[in-house]
Amino acid sequence: MAFKIIVCAKQVPDTNVIKINPKTGTLIRDGVPSILNHDDANALEEALKIKDKYPDTHITVVSMGPPQATDMLMECLAKGADEGVLLSDRAVGGSDTWATSNALEATIRKIGDYDMIFAGRQAIDGDTAQVGPQIAEKLGLPQITYVEEFEIADNMKDITVKRQLEDGYEVIKVQTPCMLTCIKELNEPRYMSIGGIFDAKNKPMKVWSAKDVEVDLKKVGLEASPTNVFRSFTPAPKGKGVVLEGDTEKDVAKKLLVGLKSKHVI
Amino acid sequence: MNFQLTKEQEFVRKMVREFAVNEVEPLAADIDKEHRFPVETVEKMAKYGLLGVPFPTEVGGAGGDHISYAITVEELSRVCASTGVICSAHTSLCAWPIFNYGTDEQKAKYLPDLCSGRKLGAFGLTEPGAGTDAAGQQTKAADDGDYWILNGSKCFITNGGYADVFIVMAMTDKSKGTRGISAFIVEKGDEGFSIGKTEDKMGICASSTTELIFQNCRIPKDRLLANVGEGFKVAMSTLDGGRIGIASQALGIAQGALDVTVEYMNARKQFGKKLSQLQALQFEVANMATQIEAARLLVYKAADMKDKHLPYGVNAAMAKLFAAETAMYVTTKAVQLHGGYGYTKDYPVERMMRDAKITEIYEGTSEVQKMVIAGSVFKK
Repeated sequence: MAFKIIVCAKQVPDTNVIKINPKTGTLIRDGVPSILNHDDANALEEALKIKDKYPDTHITVVSMGPPQATDMLMECLAKGADEGVLLSDRAVGGSDTWATSNALEATIRKIGDYDMIFAGRQAIDGDTAQVGPQIAEKLGLPQITYVEEFEIADNMKDITVKRQLEDGYEVIKVQTPCMLTCIKELNEPRYMSIGGIFDAKNKPMKVWSAKDVEVDLKKVGLEASPTNVFRSFTPAPKGKGVVLEGDTEKDVAKKLLVGLKSKHVI
Repeated sequence: MNFQLTKEQEFVRKMVREFAVNEVEPLAADIDKEHRFPVETVEKMAKYGLLGVPFPTEVGGAGGDHISYAITVEELSRVCASTGVICSAHTSLCAWPIFNYGTDEQKAKYLPDLCSGRKLGAFGLTEPGAGTDAAGQQTKAADDGDYWILNGSKCFITNGGYADVFIVMAMTDKSKGTRGISAFIVEKGDEGFSIGKTEDKMGICASSTTELIFQNCRIPKDRLLANVGEGFKVAMSTLDGGRIGIASQALGIAQGALDVTVEYMNARKQFGKKLSQLQALQFEVANMATQIEAARLLVYKAADMKDKHLPYGVNAAMAKLFAAETAMYVTTKAVQLHGGYGYTKDYPVERMMRDAKITEIYEGTSEVQKMVIAGSVFKK
């Protein structure tokens, strides 16, 4: 019993260290370490948990980015994935989410057979949460976003997921093949293992060009992208919050009511 | 000459640092205070392959090299020197001699369990009357047909209270001096073998340091490691490698002390300025950073020579001597730069300074390292 799983992952700048140029509004990437996007680490972890249970499962991690993104894929291999595929081509540079999902759709079609695709909810550099759903749409797959719990039945077909919403959750049943986008509540990503690090170089790492994946060049890259960033800015920091104090809960509630009324909130 | 780490070695540092910061550092102050051996951390280290770094996959190891092993001990010790020495003593002093001197049967029996961390290792050479003068062994092993009978005791044994497998030196023929010493593999639970007193130490308080007691301890004949009379050679060559581990521990302690000091100096203000803006203090930090880098080069060079199967004993001695002195120098300065706060247990530099001292003493004192180094200098 085994699954074929594809995990979509992105190499992103570590936002814990990153600074924004206040004049241009762009990220200062110099000297900033690149990391595996956080939600994508959760996506990979869920795939690895399935592989723990069904060891013959094959996990391919797919990414699009510059050649150095193979480092991030190597990290995924060191954690236990079986194969890395990087679409790296100047022709796909500057792609927005639509163009990116076109490129990744073609890459996944080239990889071929799969039971599940796991992706992170969103990347910490762009925060769009669009690429996963768009890939699903283009591949004609059912998609479940914001997955916080995942279970696959012994029949290897029926999946039950809990998806997080702003004001609650949904429990959804779906069948393979499908696309799931994952959030950090789903699991605790494992570390690489030392053995995994030294084994990673023995695993296949494919770097493909746009030609290799036979994507329509009119649908990828900066020129083809229907959206582009008009302006980015750093929002002004919010003022300090107010802590209401009082002898009883009633006193505090009263102060809160007065405060909200004075600001015409209620 | 190549001073670049390989991709794998860089990944090892990244992995072990993440592991150390998330799993080891949060416990460091508490286990030091409670003198508690971190069993739960050892289990996690085992799970991620940290207890078999430099051994090939064929024997259950991670398939790494000795530079990766040095980095592993360094990064663990950067946040907790006790955790660092648990890994070092296990790997260098127990798994390595079995790997290097063991028969195929011994390797097959012990290495998969040791490398995977299912079993923890220790090494018994030191005795109350045989420290630096290791040749003065009083523990005896007598040939008794299908068995060896061990009598005597060992002291200051790292991992003693928690280890499952022990490499133990004992005299098989007193008349032959060092050539009368043999090495044995003793297992927890062997008849006549028990753990004695646990030492109450100044530093590395979360590591287990105990006596080993042998009272007519009967072990099967096939527990002899290497040939009869080769125990001193086994012990000395094992300690050569162990010194890379302890040098890495010292290096990690020093780097950890520098890192927290820099953080403190960027926050602490006196005379209207951050400490990091005062040139006199900047110069102290420059000296600390330079010593650490020099120590690192010595440690990695010794590890690299071991990986290349070149003679590395003198390099390991130099690395340990210099890294240990660096650890002591840097941690003492780190406490000074923290001022009164550095003398309290609220800041980690107090623990780091206590932990650093042992690196000048165990697995050969600094004086022993100088004997090794001077011996090689004057031989030429």
